[in-house]
Amino acid sequence: MHASSVLQAHSRLDQPIVHLTIVVTAIMFAILVLVFFLVVYASLRYRRRPGMAEPYQNFGNKKLEITWTVLPFLLLVSIFVLTVITMGDSDPPPTTANGADPSPDLVIIGHQFWWEVRYPKAGFTTANEIHLPAGQRLLTRLEAADVIHDFWVPELGRKMDMIPGTPNELWLLADHPGTFLGTCAEFCGNEHAWMRIRVISQTPQDFADWEQQQAQSPSLPNNPAAERGEQLFRSMSCANCHTIRGVSSADVGPDLTHLASRETLAAGRLENNPVNLEAWLHDPNNFKPQSYMPNANLKPDDLSAMVAYLETLR
Amino acid sequence: MSEVPVALPVLRKLERFEKEAGMLSWLASVDHKQIGILYLITALIFFIAGGVEALLMRTQLMFPENRFLLPDAYNQIFTMHGTTMIFLVVVPGLLGLMVYLVPLMIGARDMAFPRLNALAYWLYVIGGCLLYFSFFAHDAPAAGWFAYTPLSEKPYSNLQGMDYWALSLLVIGVGTVATGLNVIATVATMRVKGMSLRHLPLFTWMSLINSFLIVAAMPALNAALVMLLIDRQLHGNFFKPAAGGTPIYWQHVFWNFGHPEVYIMVLPAFGIISEVIPVFSRKVIYGYAVVAGSTVAIALLSFGVWAHHMFAVGMGHFLDMIFAASSMLIAVPTGIKIFNWIATMWGGAIRFTTSMWFAVAFLIMFTIGGLSGVMFAVVPIDWQLTDTYFVVAHMHYVLFGGTAFAVFAGIYYWFPKFTGRMLSETLGKWHFWLTFIGLNLTFMVQHNLGILGMPRRVFTYPNIHSWNVLNFISTMGAYVLGISVIVFLWNVIRSRRHGALAGPDPWDAWTLEWATSSPPPVHNFNYVPPVRSARPLWDLKHPENPDWQRGRRTPHHAR
Repeated sequence: MHASSVLQAHSRLDQPIVHLTIVVTAIMFAILVLVFFLVVYASLRYRRRPGMAEPYQNFGNKKLEITWTVLPFLLLVSIFVLTVITMGDSDPPPTTANGADPSPDLVIIGHQFWWEVRYPKAGFTTANEIHLPAGQRLLTRLEAADVIHDFWVPELGRKMDMIPGTPNELWLLADHPGTFLGTCAEFCGNEHAWMRIRVISQTPQDFADWEQQQAQSPSLPNNPAAERGEQLFRSMSCANCHTIRGVSSADVGPDLTHLASRETLAAGRLENNPVNLEAWLHDPNNFKPQSYMPNANLKPDDLSAMVAYLETLR
Repeated sequence: MSEVPVALPVLRKLERFEKEAGMLSWLASVDHKQIGILYLITALIFFIAGGVEALLMRTQLMFPENRFLLPDAYNQIFTMHGTTMIFLVVVPGLLGLMVYLVPLMIGARDMAFPRLNALAYWLYVIGGCLLYFSFFAHDAPAAGWFAYTPLSEKPYSNLQGMDYWALSLLVIGVGTVATGLNVIATVATMRVKGMSLRHLPLFTWMSLINSFLIVAAMPALNAALVMLLIDRQLHGNFFKPAAGGTPIYWQHVFWNFGHPEVYIMVLPAFGIISEVIPVFSRKVIYGYAVVAGSTVAIALLSFGVWAHHMFAVGMGHFLDMIFAASSMLIAVPTGIKIFNWIATMWGGAIRFTTSMWFAVAFLIMFTIGGLSGVMFAVVPIDWQLTDTYFVVAHMHYVLFGGTAFAVFAGIYYWFPKFTGRMLSETLGKWHFWLTFIGLNLTFMVQHNLGILGMPRRVFTYPNIHSWNVLNFISTMGAYVLGISVIVFLWNVIRSRRHGALAGPDPWDAWTLEWATSSPPPVHNFNYVPPVRSARPLWDLKHPENPDWQRGRRTPHHAR
């Protein structure tokens, strides 16, 4: 995994924020250097030397004091103007060209401790990974199912809280294809640390293909082990929390309809491959302690049947 | 005329009272000096507890995917660390300095309401014990020191930790308001003859303004706590969205208290710096009126900036802009002070005692925290950096590099007054440098962590090379800070018995607390010197050039 720097923009919406951050940081740094040198100079230059008399008692100087009140004030006024301009550039209001109330292209719902991702126009739901067509901004509605979460992908723009009962909206945009990592940025409970998200930006053609594939229901299991896995999924408690389209319907845990097509497991906790999937099902607590995923205590052959089934969900 | 002699029989009676002082006298004391010392010792004990919690957190974060602490334990510890440091260490520690020093600085015999003073202290002790008892009830609070709803509500914080948290802060909050009122009444009514408001020592000025802040801000917290308790215990719906409540309401009420609280934790520190820097620079404070007046401006503005904690909430651009403007504005009176303190050093004859080292370092460390604070007023930067380690770095530069450095400067300055003995300067220099290096090692790199996208309040983090290196450095810095605290404790314990005798006025200082013995007698002063300026002892020591003659002999000096 790599760090996602606040100083790197991969979105036209984030670019103005990066510029502003650099400008303001430079101004702050200049002030710090000024204060640093004044303090160090005064400390060295005006040390008491033996035999020194009491120095001249200077009670103040109105002109100087007004100067160091007015100058910072003017500086802050200019920073404020830059702030207002950048706010409009980086977080434009959610309107359509004809002024109608826009409906969202994407709905992201925060759960303890995973992300539900809905594409209302294509009519399917996925989890923990967001696919975008590069260069095209999606109006994104942010909601929460339980406590307050916060959607933050540093290289694509602002963070915004996901508040139960009060939906928020922002534009999500990536300029070019790539994978951008993000995280829940509002403390939401035990597994806040492992509530990570990734945004996968694709060429419009690849995105259309992905969308078409996600909209389909998964094919039926085609080998005996996978068939047994599906039976186990239905008969054990799995189906009470997870949706697999055509098999079960619940949203306590992530939608698993196309689980095998995803890059990670458990909201960015593990790379998605059969070995990790088996390890995760064997002991979720080992990887994401105190999350709501229970240990199903699967017997070894049940475990491999379950893995075989979930691996068919492409 | 201005001398206030104490009648001889009263004096004898008071001296007898002093001889009867034993352990029990501390428990039953209504003497502001004993209560002040009790505050400081209790705050020091909680400082050690909060420090141990910090070391546990940093140990867990030393390596990625570390298994030293489980998430629930980590969340309890970081919640207790924040709550402890704010409510059980910084605020009561500053209150301790205030109740000890304010009556002495204004030439008073005690606080206006000595029994209320004792009550407030004991409420603090009871509240602190209540909070820490939650560990023994197997469930310390774990929703963070700002306890955002609905995470702090019953369905998500099921056990009793949050109830202990809310009750404990209520108890402490009531006591804090009482002390605020007490300080206001004391400064309003107990000043010695001649001490007009323009002659108040700056520490007293800041304590007075701070007390107004306390009285105005704490009730918002108390109201929030009562609403949370109603939600949790009586099935109320203030903050529950499913039943029509709104979670954001908590944030507005909480920060309506929470941001003035930041200034409650920093104004007395400004007061300490405004005493220490002039005395060790051998110069009168530069621009007394501006330093005092800018504090009033900060206090007023501090009630109009709270929603800068909520820029990520989605309040809309208009509200964001208003709070951005007010938050930038409050930087102006704060910046003024920094320049006035530097101007006080300018042309002085600076003595680099440990106290002065801490005060000078404060100027730079607090400036770092203040400037990163201005960055958070810039809304788009806040949209990126809020709730990351950049915030953790920012607030520790304000509260540790700022307030704690000022308090250490104050402790080295007034310890001789409290005990009659000097703190060791050798150990003091060790303490200073370890603290300075530890602070910067721990928190400087946390700026970078935030810029590299590390969120705060995580019990662990993914294996990312740059994060691993920076977190390791930060943890090493925390251990250095741990050692620095041990050096400080050793200095206090050793100097209390073996330190050099201080005498009444070891620093050749200018305010009234140095006009009596160290430690002062129960009745504080046998006589109070005449007060005709903000520096009565300067006037006494320099009859050829007293402050009160300024403007008469040399009318153009000040212009």
